[in-house]
Amino acid sequence: MNGIAILIPIALLMGFAGLAAFLWAMGNGQFEDPDGSAMRILIDEEGDGDDRAA
Amino acid sequence: MTAHASPADFAPDEQRLEDSRFAVPGMRCAGCIAKLEGGIGGLPGVAAARVNFSAKQLAVSHNAQLTEPKLIEEIAKLGFEAQPIAANPLGSDNEERKKLTRALGVAAFGMMNIMLLSVSIWSGATGITREMFHWLSALIAIPVIAYSGRPFFASATMALRYMRTNMDVPISIGVLLATGMSLYETVTGGAHAYFEGAVMLLFFLLAGRVLDAMMRDRARTGIESLLRQQASGANVLRPDGSTQWVKALDLRPGDRVLVTAGENFAADGLVELGESRCDLSLISGESAPQHVAVGDTVLAGSMNLSAPLTVRVTASGPDTIIADIARLMDEAGQSRSRYVRIADRAARLYAPAVHSLAALAFVGWMIAGAGWHHSLTIAIAVLIITCPCALGLAVPVSQVVAAGALMKRGILVKDGSALERFAQIDRALFDKTGTITLGRMTPRNLDTLSPEQQSVALALAQSSNHPISRALKDALNAQGVAPAPVEQIVEEQGQGVRGLYRGRQVSLERPRGGSVDTGAATSLSIGDAHVDIRLADPLRPDAKSAIAQLATMDVPATIISGDRAGAVNQVADILGIAAQAHALPQDKIAAIEALKAQGHAVLMVGDGLNDGPALAAATASMAPGSATDMGQQAADAVFTGDSLSAVPLTLGAARKTMAVVRQNFGLAIGYNILAVPLALGGMVTPLIAAIAMSLSSVIVVANALRLARAAQ
Repeated sequence: MNGIAILIPIALLMGFAGLAAFLWAMGNGQFEDPDGSAMRILIDEEGDGDDRAA
Repeated sequence: MTAHASPADFAPDEQRLEDSRFAVPGMRCAGCIAKLEGGIGGLPGVAAARVNFSAKQLAVSHNAQLTEPKLIEEIAKLGFEAQPIAANPLGSDNEERKKLTRALGVAAFGMMNIMLLSVSIWSGATGITREMFHWLSALIAIPVIAYSGRPFFASATMALRYMRTNMDVPISIGVLLATGMSLYETVTGGAHAYFEGAVMLLFFLLAGRVLDAMMRDRARTGIESLLRQQASGANVLRPDGSTQWVKALDLRPGDRVLVTAGENFAADGLVELGESRCDLSLISGESAPQHVAVGDTVLAGSMNLSAPLTVRVTASGPDTIIADIARLMDEAGQSRSRYVRIADRAARLYAPAVHSLAALAFVGWMIAGAGWHHSLTIAIAVLIITCPCALGLAVPVSQVVAAGALMKRGILVKDGSALERFAQIDRALFDKTGTITLGRMTPRNLDTLSPEQQSVALALAQSSNHPISRALKDALNAQGVAPAPVEQIVEEQGQGVRGLYRGRQVSLERPRGGSVDTGAATSLSIGDAHVDIRLADPLRPDAKSAIAQLATMDVPATIISGDRAGAVNQVADILGIAAQAHALPQDKIAAIEALKAQGHAVLMVGDGLNDGPALAAATASMAPGSATDMGQQAADAVFTGDSLSAVPLTLGAARKTMAVVRQNFGLAIGYNILAVPLALGGMVTPLIAAIAMSLSSVIVVANALRLARAAQ
């Protein structure tokens, strides 16, 4: 019983963390341009090419 | 260091920032992203430039001094062709998809955690542990259902308010009853709670909805990038002789605008100065250019072909011919909005059947003396086990997979209901100009020219921006001709291009005499020798085989065009099908309505503004990627590429999709025949319900995935 009392909150908390991460990613536009994200890692950044740096 | 100017770099009294979006179909690699963002982002007056590679779009935040044409010029300097995108021309489903995806995420979270607890109960937890787990499940399930169930509850309420029923009504009733009963069981310490069943149901159904929304979104962004925003503006002549770029919506009657050769008219107007020829093919379907001189009317959306014109605007925005056609289109589109999707048609039979079955189970067990609690439990088990989980997935998954397969072949289908309507088609009407033909001029007699004449023609053509010159240049470049060394090239607006080649006068001019019925022509002179180059609008490749293929699918085709009878019959004879010429937009609608009245499902394929109303009125419609914005917005599917074989391909894929949908319905019914007796007999526990539900969903999804090869 003691084990459950610890494990269940942990499971719930991890679930919540996953949900929160998903909702944050949605709101932050992480899924807007999946093809572009795959491409961008290939860009040699020399200070430009990314307006988020500005 | 970075050349970006941040918004703070602008003086506060300078204009606020404007956002423009451009479709840049030419971007293909990471280098293109860096080049565009670096090149445009580094311009003075640009605050930020961001590429969306998936949508092939560039968003630029800039100050008002930078107009769209200037930005397009800058993008062209980087080596990309760009088209401005109007703000949300097709309306945005983006928000809806996000809402559904959030609901799906929440349902997934709830399902996993409740399942965790339920598995412990199923493996034998009893007493206080089971009660605590039920309470925990309720604690998670109730907020999750309240949040994730909203799309279904809202749509069910809407349907009930209008005394109708759709798929969401049995879903909502099932979910709410199951939740209510589980809550009662939890409070009274009962053995069975169906929280995981209710949440799992929502999760599967939301997955179907999200897929459906994603499909519409993808098609929408794809089409958005194709739209070319007919003459988004015009150069207005100021009284002092200077010109200023004004957006089409801000043009006022009485403005004098300067329209160069190759530009679209942004508003209806009267010619004040100049003489030229207009391409009306997008508006009326007429393939031969029309001659206009001072005092003649020009229409918004048509293209000025040969010489610059000064036009006094007579009507703009909502008063133009284009706007009239748009209104006609709205009226025509109303019959289509009455189409009921197959899932909802199924629900009309399904919902009453399921609900009376549950009611019968309740009454039957009451009569058998089981007590109201036991009877109600069984009735709810019937509702849960029959809930259209597989049905809710069967249709969207099949349609999404088929639409994805078509998209790989360059065919963008706007939504699932379009695929259902494509499958019914048994008659096809084709527009001629731009649909059966390519809609762009191509030189017809280049092989009669000597190599010297070809290379001189290329040298002259490439120094002009005239549509005929561009057509000539493209064709000659494709043949690998090298330009001759022609010097002192001068372009005389409305006359032609002249130059000097090895001491001889050479020119590319309007042919004397004027050959109207062959469409367009140009006369090439080298010294005293003249040769006419004729241009015509060729048939699309595969036009003949596509029509033949349609015939084998029992879909006879006819041509209905606004062009002259001669031009239409010529094409009809080549294809061996019937044709109707001189058709006004109203005539096209009338032809469609007549066929519909005979019980036919009519497919309209067209591209022009004059086809818009017909595209909206037909049972289903397709437009080529070269079509007008209006044509593409009215059509159910847009095909990119030149080949007309996209039409039989789409119809074939749609028929296969409906076959799979019917199989899936069959599977779902079969599953119900097996499961309902168990539920009626009171033998369904939450464990059996969960297994049955997921198993039937997996089976229909697996069956739908076979459609990945539907477009081959």
